[in-house]
Amino acid sequence: MIEQHLPVLLIAIPLIAAPLLVLIGHRVSVALLSLAVAWTVFAISLALMGQVLANGPFEYKLGGWSAPYGITYNVDYFNAFVMMFVAGIGAIVLTYSPPSIAVEIPKSKHYLFHACYLLCLTGLLGMCITGDLFNVFVFLEISSLSSYALISLGNTRRAPLAALQYLIMGTIGATFFLLGIGLLYQITGSLNMADIAQRLAAADTPRAELVAFAFMTVGLCIKMAVFPLHTWLPNAYTYAPSTVTAFIAATATKVSVYAFTRLIFTIYTPRFAFESLPLDQALTVLALVGIFIASIAAIFQTDVKRLLAYSSVAQIGYMLLGISLATEAGLSAGIVHMFNHALIKGGLFMVVGCFVLRLGSSHIDDFRGAAATMPWTCFAWSICGLGLIGVPLTAGFISKWMLLDATIQQGRWPVALLMLISSLLAVLYVWKVVETLYFSPPSEKAKQAKEAPAIMLIPTYLVAAGTLVFGCWTPYSAGLAQLAASSLLGIDIGGTP
Amino acid sequence: MTLDQFLGLFNYWVVIVLMMTGFYIVISSGNLIKTVIGLNIFQISVILLYITMGKVTPGTAPILLESHGHHAAHHESESDHHEPADKHHLASHDKHHHTDDGHSSEKIADDSDHATHDDSDHAGTKTVYSNPLPSVLMLTAIVVGVATTALALALIVRVREDYGSIEEDEILALDANGLANGLSSSANYSSRNAS
Repeated sequence: MIEQHLPVLLIAIPLIAAPLLVLIGHRVSVALLSLAVAWTVFAISLALMGQVLANGPFEYKLGGWSAPYGITYNVDYFNAFVMMFVAGIGAIVLTYSPPSIAVEIPKSKHYLFHACYLLCLTGLLGMCITGDLFNVFVFLEISSLSSYALISLGNTRRAPLAALQYLIMGTIGATFFLLGIGLLYQITGSLNMADIAQRLAAADTPRAELVAFAFMTVGLCIKMAVFPLHTWLPNAYTYAPSTVTAFIAATATKVSVYAFTRLIFTIYTPRFAFESLPLDQALTVLALVGIFIASIAAIFQTDVKRLLAYSSVAQIGYMLLGISLATEAGLSAGIVHMFNHALIKGGLFMVVGCFVLRLGSSHIDDFRGAAATMPWTCFAWSICGLGLIGVPLTAGFISKWMLLDATIQQGRWPVALLMLISSLLAVLYVWKVVETLYFSPPSEKAKQAKEAPAIMLIPTYLVAAGTLVFGCWTPYSAGLAQLAASSLLGIDIGGTP
Repeated sequence: MTLDQFLGLFNYWVVIVLMMTGFYIVISSGNLIKTVIGLNIFQISVILLYITMGKVTPGTAPILLESHGHHAAHHESESDHHEPADKHHLASHDKHHHTDDGHSSEKIADDSDHATHDDSDHAGTKTVYSNPLPSVLMLTAIVVGVATTALALALIVRVREDYGSIEEDEILALDANGLANGLSSSANYSSRNAS
């Protein structure tokens, strides 16, 4: 009985829990309740993945109203996979959070943090699961608004300003997206994605389709932080509380990449986006320029959070590179990199959170020689750092290998070569921190520091172990991504007349 | 494009002008409050676009009266050859035009004439309704807009408390000075917790 309703419970439980937390307001019970909700959501997402693997993609009709009239939640390989890692990271980061937020967020605001966190999780999962285009906008705004609030909780005076800058960029992006939805509705008279896809194939309205596609692409590119539109990201990630950064960096941009992939492969067709429009070339160029400029910028940062933020901009480039190939190999490389990068970047930001807790800053000068007093935290950085570079036996290697394989299959040697060179840039900025941690005379703060508490280290190591496990054993990362990619391209074949 | 077509697209011109005005304010203004106002104008232009696309010129509010039941059924069957998957069958009348002519913007201008024509054709046999769905969607979008504005204003209040200014240039200058004096983010890390 309850198995049938899992798709809606995935959204309803955290959505209802969030206002409840505000009403309860008691710090400890709120923390426990939100933790319980986050793990329940993760369990539901695992169960959904299991259902999809057992019985194939399925549809959940809200209130029993079927597709074009009612709103449906569609669960298939792709979004079950994305929801699984978003919910997983959400639960792990929340488990890790108590000591970190105790230092970084005033005690009186903890219940608001938890409420916003669950709302953000709701929004991100909702964007994945829904089959209704307007719903995507609503969930996009739920996740965005709560993440603006979360970022503004940072305890420097720049946090509200960073949140405001993100809000302005993000709202422009979301409004563009809304405009695109409006134009699509005008063409097709429907808001259901599958229905729109069918009607678009029959419609003869090239200009309106093009304008709608352009608006939605630009809107999502802002949310994805694709290179020239990434300006909100470094400040937002730097000044947000460490826990918030770990969660948002690992999930928010990935979900936007998911929405973008849906737009190209489910609503429109890759033929429209990549053959009649030169979007693949544009994306390849933007991705490569972004990878290089952001990686080089990362090398010169003195704040480790900001360094990782620029690295995130670069990593989005790899995902887009995979998607823009529009082959099964390329698409699965892009999708698996979403997962691997969520693990790696989540892990790295969690490590930085441990340092901020003990050293009181994320400035690289304070990190000097911390390996003497915080060996476990530093070792976790090394593991995740190796993953970020893409060293064999880590998850990062799997995605980069698949991406390289896909580009070479397409005969795009220059792209493959540039990717390899860009990995060297990642070596530089990861090594810069490793060198500071292990081979510098300890700073004043590092001398007095002690190892991060176990409640933070265990989740961090869980994620770090994930980067190693999924570097050797891939049926549940690359395997699922391949299923997702072939189902996406399969839908496309069915959708085009 | 004839004058009639130009005037027929009046709402769309307003949408474009509002959108560009709002966007320009957001980009050009250094005052944070003005930026938020610009953002509002920008969002409102999209709301107007949706409302415009849902409006059928002689159409009334889509309230289904008992006596009109069979007319609605008539609409439904009539729209069969267009795959009747419209969100509301009442709106299918409006939708015919859009599926047929979304192709070029000029045709949208004819929309109203066409609708009037249909209406007089079947005068007394059916009622023309506006499409309610875009209006409903916009209720949600308005709520989102209000939430965004409220959050933005709340953030501006905090920026004002911390910096004593809402001019972006001055704030950035203050931050640059802060860095020069060694007041980096690490130094005032604990200051806010204490308060």
